[in-house]
Amino acid sequence: MVMHRGNLLSPALRWALLLVYLVFTLLPLVWLFLSTIQTQASLLTLPVQIIPSEITWQNYSDIFKPAAFGENSGTSTFLLAIRNSVIVSLGTTAVAMVFGTLAAYAFARFNFPRKRTLLLIVLGSQLLPAISLIIPLFRMFKNAGLLDSLVALILAYSTFSMPFVVWIMAGYFQSVPLELEEAARIDGASRFQSFMRVSLPLAAPGLAATAIFTLLNAWDEFFFALIFTSTYSAKTVPVALAEFIGRHNVNWGLLVTGGFIASLPPIILSLAFYRYIVSGLSAGGIKG
Amino acid sequence: MNQPASAARAAPRRSRELSERTLGIVMLAPMLLVLVLVIGYPLVDSFWLSLHRVNLASPEQGQPFVGLSNYLYAFNQPDFWYSIQRTIYFTVLSVALELVLGITFAVLLNERFRGNLGARLAMIFPWALLTVSNGVLWAWILNPTYGVANALLVQAGVLSGPKSWLSDTFWTMNVIILADAWKTVPNMTLLLLAGLQPISADLYEAAEVDGATRWQKFTRITLPLLRPVILVAIALRTIGAFKVFDIIYVLTGNGGPANSTKVIAFYDYDQAFHYLFFGYGAAISWLITAFMLVMIVIYIRLLRSDV
Repeated sequence: MVMHRGNLLSPALRWALLLVYLVFTLLPLVWLFLSTIQTQASLLTLPVQIIPSEITWQNYSDIFKPAAFGENSGTSTFLLAIRNSVIVSLGTTAVAMVFGTLAAYAFARFNFPRKRTLLLIVLGSQLLPAISLIIPLFRMFKNAGLLDSLVALILAYSTFSMPFVVWIMAGYFQSVPLELEEAARIDGASRFQSFMRVSLPLAAPGLAATAIFTLLNAWDEFFFALIFTSTYSAKTVPVALAEFIGRHNVNWGLLVTGGFIASLPPIILSLAFYRYIVSGLSAGGIKG
Repeated sequence: MNQPASAARAAPRRSRELSERTLGIVMLAPMLLVLVLVIGYPLVDSFWLSLHRVNLASPEQGQPFVGLSNYLYAFNQPDFWYSIQRTIYFTVLSVALELVLGITFAVLLNERFRGNLGARLAMIFPWALLTVSNGVLWAWILNPTYGVANALLVQAGVLSGPKSWLSDTFWTMNVIILADAWKTVPNMTLLLLAGLQPISADLYEAAEVDGATRWQKFTRITLPLLRPVILVAIALRTIGAFKVFDIIYVLTGNGGPANSTKVIAFYDYDQAFHYLFFGYGAAISWLITAFMLVMIVIYIRLLRSDV
């Protein structure tokens, strides 16, 4: 049917643009990777070498040494930051998915006054910038003694993750045929049972896509984590990297390796779930 | 006469409706409670703060009510207006650059050619790279002494000598726009690609029969039909660009040189968390929020008319 979709470009222009596109998209990353497999000495060689003369994986083990990020507390600060990032991302996703999915189902299936307005408020709140909330949230966490804790980050990340889940999943539940649930209820299932046993399993692809997006957004978050954390009991990977670059004698080999390793989980997840990512992005429901 | 019977019939229905309503409330409540706690209450508290003089550095002064003077103070600050100007500069250039590249790449990826899926997958890399890692990457590429950007540009004869990209009041903002766009162009491309796909091939065929050139097909068919999606994308990316902070923090540390990259979010961060002027900071953040709410309403309107 899509015999010649578009067909707007002449073959020569198409190949030229494809080249530009691939260079633009991939070259900076290739450079990042090449920089991770060199010694500091070889990175600081002049003139700049395009192809490294010598390859080493040393940075990939050095980054996990206790002193890699300057402070030597006996444990690897990079590992601590990864641990914090993992807990916060999974925690945020779990909370947002459970509460957000329940609410999304209520939006999709029940009638209540001002439903549409409420749903639009939820969508709008997802787009609010961190700067709108960061000052009062700081005060709130300070008063509650929650500063420098992973709980504070999970609460703060709920501001964008939970509305996102509600928005996407409400649309998803609306696309699940009502008849299937009604059939289950004729067979004696309660409303909640029909939600758990019929709608939820049918919405599984949507749940997976939404969970991946939530996970990636939480993993990437920087501003809240910068303000709300002060030690490695709560600092996340982005904060650790940003601090590293602010230091005077930057070890570029370790820094680029840290930046590269931190991006591997989202890159791998995104490639594995490419279809979900594309449908999610196309829906426009993405912060950023 | 029939009354008892119909009442008996109505009773179970009413109780079921009631339980449905209860179930609906129970399912909504956890989400609403969390959002009231982390969004609703903070917005109100922020507004309260904005009407008071609150300085965390000198708590002995208390928190006196000052009316709108925090807002008036902002309007009299040249630094405030300068940060607005830098934000608009960043937003307009970023969104324009993303739009041009986004449309170009979306049209390219909408063509049929071998390896199309692979080409689309390439977009995932910049998109999925951590925002802070993106900052690290460009800090390294733009390093004045060891960076590859200077090496290539000097070798190609574009530059006579290495340039300090991140300590130049003109170039710093522009290279940050480039670095930011590099990561956000995939977003734009995918949005526009989704808008291109439903455009029927019949339209192009009919235009070909009428002797239209490729450029005419693009300007007379593609662009007009893509217009709603373009508007949604512009609104969404404007919202995104207006709150830029992370990459500027990583690449400059302080919004420098000479405040040239101190966008409004950075200015606000500085006032609240560097100088500890919480009341004034809250006033600025409410001004940002008010502008954002307008943009968000525009975005939602466009989104609804689009679908």
